[in-house]
Amino acid sequence: MSRPIKAVKIMSKNKRVVVAMSGGVDSSVAAALLVEQGYDVVGMMMRLWSDEAMGGAEHNRCCTPEAMEDAQRIAAHIGIPFYVLDTKDVFRNKIVEFFISGHRQGVTPNPCMECNRHIRFDYLLQNALALDADYLATGHYARITQADDGIFELRQGIDASKDQSYVLSVMGQEQLSHTLFPIGEYPKTETRALAAKFGLQVESKKDSQDLCFLGKNDYRDFLAVHAPEIMQPGPIVRKDGTVIGQHKGLAKYTIGQRKGLGVTSLEPMYVIAMNPYRNALVVGEKHDLGRDFLTAGRINWVSGTAPTAAFRATVKIRYKSDAYPALVTPIGADRMQVQFDEPLRDITPGQGAVAYDGGRVIGGGIIEKMEEGR
Amino acid sequence: MNQRSVYLDHSASTPTDPRVLEAMLPYFTEVYGNALSVHSQGRRAEQAIENARMTIARLLNCKPFEIVFTGGGSESDNLALRGAAIAARDAGRGNRIITTPIEHSAIGRTVDQLADHYNFTKVLLPVAATGTVSTVDFERLCESDTVLASVMLANNEVGTLEPIAELAAIARERGVIFHTDAVQAGGQIQLDVQQLGVDLLSLSAHKFYGPKGVGVLYVRDGVNLVPSQSGGSHENGRRAGTHATPLIVGMAKALELASAEFETRTAHYAHVRDLLIEGVLSRIPEAQLTGHPTERLPCHASFVFLGIDANKLLIHLDMRGVAASSASACKTGNPEPSGVLLALGYDRSTALGSLRLSVGKDTTEDDAAYALDKIVESVATLKKLSRVLG
Repeated sequence: MSRPIKAVKIMSKNKRVVVAMSGGVDSSVAAALLVEQGYDVVGMMMRLWSDEAMGGAEHNRCCTPEAMEDAQRIAAHIGIPFYVLDTKDVFRNKIVEFFISGHRQGVTPNPCMECNRHIRFDYLLQNALALDADYLATGHYARITQADDGIFELRQGIDASKDQSYVLSVMGQEQLSHTLFPIGEYPKTETRALAAKFGLQVESKKDSQDLCFLGKNDYRDFLAVHAPEIMQPGPIVRKDGTVIGQHKGLAKYTIGQRKGLGVTSLEPMYVIAMNPYRNALVVGEKHDLGRDFLTAGRINWVSGTAPTAAFRATVKIRYKSDAYPALVTPIGADRMQVQFDEPLRDITPGQGAVAYDGGRVIGGGIIEKMEEGR
Repeated sequence: MNQRSVYLDHSASTPTDPRVLEAMLPYFTEVYGNALSVHSQGRRAEQAIENARMTIARLLNCKPFEIVFTGGGSESDNLALRGAAIAARDAGRGNRIITTPIEHSAIGRTVDQLADHYNFTKVLLPVAATGTVSTVDFERLCESDTVLASVMLANNEVGTLEPIAELAAIARERGVIFHTDAVQAGGQIQLDVQQLGVDLLSLSAHKFYGPKGVGVLYVRDGVNLVPSQSGGSHENGRRAGTHATPLIVGMAKALELASAEFETRTAHYAHVRDLLIEGVLSRIPEAQLTGHPTERLPCHASFVFLGIDANKLLIHLDMRGVAASSASACKTGNPEPSGVLLALGYDRSTALGSLRLSVGKDTTEDDAAYALDKIVESVATLKKLSRVLG
């Protein structure tokens, strides 16, 4: 069922928007667009936690001194106030802890999703609302629309190659009603053209896949310091429990990994699961990886209510993966089972599973652990 | 949106008085010579500078050649400490420097550098919870190999006035050179260097409605300084660099006005300050006054707000048009508790909730009332936000 899309929030002269600025092109253009549209715009950047103990004075990648200067300069250029919000403690307590405890449980957590849930669209949004803002705006490639019945909808950005709706799938009605994604309506190339039009001197920074709070460190080095117990060597086992080698610490491996296992076998062996209780790395053959079923928990149904029956959808299991056709069965209020039409190789516990109806996000949650390796 | 704006950060900087600006203007385009030059343009600049020197010397009650022009308060502090400490040690007078834990960083970091790189011994004079140092402690610590002592006249964060005349008298008896950083006190306290009895005194023009980028170091006749900035023979070889004629002229004019209007200005400061202090303490139960209740700068009201994040408070006040400051706040969202408040015995989290309100000659009672309303509003909003965020 597809609802007619209509432009959601009427632009308004006296509406105040806090725009989350990173110093990069997307959030800078978002801020400039809002100024052009007549909003009362306030620039804000979050000072996030970084592991200074490990990397010396290494800064969080999302708020380096250079990025802060860039954002400050752009705010001055477009004539808006700019503030930096101290977010270190809440980020450490909510996101870094989540990352570490996920690895302790033998899953591969997605801290970016969690950051959107607890930091951007909770801590920052609440701070914005406290400043009498009507909206929080970010430079994400996604769109918010409103259905005829008033329900807010989260959709992919116009530029599907840059779409960020996957990591935004944690947003509910309250968040969506107070959020603007000004550049979700544009392809990335047009964002660059807009930056030029507004005279924004923004360096093109490389998109990094690394976690922001690691600085220059590898996540394995980070875990070796913060959760040394999960970096202990242990057995590499087959599904039946036969020990065939030794691993160097569970967190050093990922589901689907083949290289670097150091086991000899007639068939190539792949990591198929982890068992943190026995500190065992479970390996199997290629066909053991293929899986057409998952269960996800902590589901956020964007509409605010869980669907009452199973439904057909396409489901993304990673930020950069395609959306695969599946039958989704809601279980209770916040879990779902996903039966894919075809098996997938890299279903990874801890990552998000997000269900779409075309370009519209229905809901998403976190892939739970599977039953292997007991 | 046209909202009211109230500036309550005069301890950070003041606007340049229009009369000061007017006095300065000819020295940009009409009298532009280098004061060291032989020609008439140079002589006219030199004359303006020497007139300014005489004015300032008269107002501080010293001799003109005891006035050294610098690039501001921090530079005066650097020249005083590094210059006097090194010269005195070269003269074989010892190795110890006494200072306090609540000095401005221009003093604190300079003393640290003298200790870390030049082998001086740093001795810290304790402070009471009001920020006041004790003359008895000073007397005890002023041992024979002490070359220099530096105690601020008024603290920038909590406004407390220190007993400089008593301290300087003790130092003089012991043959210890005594410096005071009077940057915050400029225009607020009558500065008579004979009454104070100090050997060195730093001032900065922009704290008393003068221009930024110019300051004074008073150097008592007979105190030797090794220059911080070496080069030409300017300022009797004590501070090299072409004179900033318009700034120097402006500073003299500003100090002259501050002195002429001293009674009315300081009475006004104290009146509006007391409105702020009474208002904050009566309307905000979480607020405590920091610094000394009476021995404080007339313009200066400082508080801690228990359980309130000063960084956020400043943002909320700015959004409501009120410019204030906090020692722990910073523009990069990385607040550190104020070292001054820690030295006064406050714990870390309390020290993160400090607010400073400093009034100026144009701050009205209405401004104070508006600011009070906005502070009450902001604190209430932040308390609500903390509850929402759990």
